[in-house]
Amino acid sequence: MAMRVWASSTANALRISCAPKSSLYPSFSLSKCFSTVLDGLKYSTSHEWVKHEGSVATVGITAHAQEHLGEVVFVELPENGASVSKGRSFGAVESVKATSDVNSPISGEVVEINSALTEKPGTINSSPYEEGWMIKVKPSNPAELDSLLGPKEYTKFCVEEDAAH
Amino acid sequence: MSQGRNIGPPLMNLLNLRGLPILQQLHLEEQLLRTSSENWCILNDGTNAPTVVMGIAGKPSELLELEVVMEDQIPVVRRFTGGGTVIVDSGTIFATFICNKDDVHGVQPYPRPIMHWTSLLYMQVFQGTADFHLRENDYVFGNHKFGGNAQSITKNRWVHHTSFLWDYEVKNMAYLKLPTRAPEYRSARGHTDFICRMKDYLPKSEFFEKTIASVGSHFSLRPIKLEAVEASMTAFTHSTKLLSKQELAEALGSHPDYKADRVQL
Repeated sequence: MAMRVWASSTANALRISCAPKSSLYPSFSLSKCFSTVLDGLKYSTSHEWVKHEGSVATVGITAHAQEHLGEVVFVELPENGASVSKGRSFGAVESVKATSDVNSPISGEVVEINSALTEKPGTINSSPYEEGWMIKVKPSNPAELDSLLGPKEYTKFCVEEDAAH
Repeated sequence: MSQGRNIGPPLMNLLNLRGLPILQQLHLEEQLLRTSSENWCILNDGTNAPTVVMGIAGKPSELLELEVVMEDQIPVVRRFTGGGTVIVDSGTIFATFICNKDDVHGVQPYPRPIMHWTSLLYMQVFQGTADFHLRENDYVFGNHKFGGNAQSITKNRWVHHTSFLWDYEVKNMAYLKLPTRAPEYRSARGHTDFICRMKDYLPKSEFFEKTIASVGSHFSLRPIKLEAVEASMTAFTHSTKLLSKQELAEALGSHPDYKADRVQL
């Protein structure tokens, strides 16, 4: 399926203040109000993406998530064969002295993990949708994908979430 | 005509402790983060024995002077939160916040917003006392670190905990290597040039009183006893763990500079 890039709503972004709330925040340029959201993927409200192709679903965290997390310096992944459940943590990333859970958008069995992230955890920042994938899952209930957000809904969700804080 | 509603601040349990072993404290925090739906403030005045505490990604061979750690039988803990390595003892003051994200309004559950929010809490504590800042994720007076922070964030909750250097023994710094990844403001300073003692800035009682007051301006505090908390807990598998002698020995053996005849295990 061809990928099309959706940018966060320009109109909404322009109405959102990107100025830091205090001098303790680094200053953000307007371009950082746009998070890349790809067509062809489904998204969770906890900012993970899933790409379902045949019998395998690939999972990672979104560009929005990695921007907010900061530089990822450590990734914790499950083992091959582990079970994952929709909405529950399967691993974690470390950034800015914090471990952050990564939650699975779907249930199933882990059939492959991205071992390259052990040596290069920053790949999650530089390529969240491509080289930064985290696990591949054999879904136990593909219908779970229907309840996830599409690109437009996820973009709207991100804009509204940022505007609320 | 609508009925009046109590929309007061959210509730936060306050645990005031003294000398609790750090492994027990970290186990408590991890379990409360994962299994409780309430907010918690945990204050622990010192821990019972010198202990090395690494972050989740900590590698003993890179972070510790393992030979002397093993000779002196210093316990080594790998905690569930991120961040760096500290040596804690009776001179360390611990302060922890475990919060539902929805009870901390306007703070997104990401590292920097949480760190910013907690720094504002402590700004109230140290106002008028010292040149307090959050600097590259450390608490400093001027450019001297006196508090290290770490966090763990789940879908709906987060923990932010700090180890404050109320006092420390210089000799204990010998257990820690200079970290390869360090904040820029450290400017390659050694341990004793980089850190300072909080006791040189304000009385301990003032720190605790003002911290509780600052937290109390955001939450409705409910003091609770540790015994009551532990009595309500069920079995839980912690990721925070005490490293075994075997694990430390293997880490030492894996270091390129290790010579097998130097240390008796």
